[in-house]
Amino acid sequence: MCTLEKRGDIFYLTLTGGGEEHRLNPTVIASLRSALREAREQSTRGSALITVADGKFFSNGFDLAWAQAAGPGTAAARDRLDHMVSLFKPVVADLVSLPMPTIAALTGHAAAAGMVLALSHDYVLMRSDRGVLYMSELDIGLTFPDYFTAIMRSKVGSPAARRDVMLKAAKLRATEAVAMGIIDSAYDSAQAVLEAAVRLGGELVKRKWNGEIYAEIRKALYPELCGMLGLTNKVVVASSRL
Amino acid sequence: MCTLEKRGEIFFLTLTGDDDHRLNPSLMDSLRSALREVKEQSTRGSALITTARGKFFSNGFDLAWAQSAGSAAAVEDRLLHLVDLFKPEVADLISLPMPTIAAVTGHAAAAGMMLAMSHDYVLMRSDRGVLYMSELDIGMKFPDYFTALVRSKVGSAAARRDVMLRAKKVTASEALAMGIVDSAHDSAEAVVEAAVRLGEELVKRKWDGEVYGEIRKALYPELCGVLGLADKAVITSPRHVPTL
Repeated sequence: MCTLEKRGDIFYLTLTGGGEEHRLNPTVIASLRSALREAREQSTRGSALITVADGKFFSNGFDLAWAQAAGPGTAAARDRLDHMVSLFKPVVADLVSLPMPTIAALTGHAAAAGMVLALSHDYVLMRSDRGVLYMSELDIGLTFPDYFTAIMRSKVGSPAARRDVMLKAAKLRATEAVAMGIIDSAYDSAQAVLEAAVRLGGELVKRKWNGEIYAEIRKALYPELCGMLGLTNKVVVASSRL
Repeated sequence: MCTLEKRGEIFFLTLTGDDDHRLNPSLMDSLRSALREVKEQSTRGSALITTARGKFFSNGFDLAWAQSAGSAAAVEDRLLHLVDLFKPEVADLISLPMPTIAAVTGHAAAAGMMLAMSHDYVLMRSDRGVLYMSELDIGMKFPDYFTALVRSKVGSAAARRDVMLRAKKVTASEALAMGIVDSAHDSAEAVVEAAVRLGEELVKRKWDGEVYGEIRKALYPELCGVLGLADKAVITSPRHVPTL
């Protein structure tokens, strides 16, 4: 499903389950929630999270095959899809309220809910030699859950880029995604992405930020998204460090 | 007035005549009819291209028609009437169940610029013509849905300020840099050809029109609020899931 390791001050969340495509089915989603809960509980001042996945895919989104197994095109299939949509929402909320910087290191394709998972992180780094970002919903014939659209609006600044992602179902390579302001940086191999993520994580943990304040500031950056996720923010004044 | 044709999968809406295609009640009625027809005839994998003949795409509301009402109160009424008539046009375009492309072959000012920007893709000729929100120069404020449209489509605060608060006359290459248009082409023929090429690319995707329209509305929640458009969840019959 997923594993959580700590090396030094950095937590490594690795997607292992959901098949080769790391499909977000209820089991994988539950596993992610567990891991994020653990990271939150073990967090200290100056922590960071790096999320990775092995193989050709970061995540190809919800497990549509599992939904269709209830009977293709039936209400039961639709219920399963709605179920995953509502199970995944708290994963996004957990990431948006996690008391430490978060980095998604994409070494493979991130599509639909998989792309939303990536964009729920503070920093998104991606390999440029292969792999795409792709909101497949329009091609499949699905509209977006409200919190998906809110994530796009919060993280993708340009109206044209949002239109290309959601209304053109564009398949974006890393360098295009950087130019469109969707991700932070592109690297020419899987190895290079992972190293860059570790370097960035190292830089961020050195700042020794108070995790609670970090999370509150993050939430304040994304008020619309937080509204949709049911996250409120509060004023935090920690003991003075000055 | 305007004509509607279908060539293959693409609907062509053309503002005809060599005049400046002022949006008056009769042209707007014509446009609404045309858009209604497009909507009724739409199928999976349709697209709309809007273009115009002559030097102007559209120079905005027919202020001369408004002014000919006589008294200040009557002029004001006519102006408000034009604002009210145009709002459902914008709503029709924002909810149209297919991709929309504006091939801006001439000047687009005020409501004319809004007409262009109500499309998903705006392509413009670069050899002549400007985009221009003239309101500040004329001494008019913006209807709420104009501002909402500019806010929805123009990401840069400086660009929005230049367009609305500086009444800047924007050429195609400036508009491209400001993120207002998608591409610039060096003649009227070139912009129409580019629009057709883009249209053909988009129709090949064979998107479900209802889903397309709902996703578009979800992209512009503030604008939809102002236009009175609600969006709904749509899940169509399953299609072959594209593989990566």
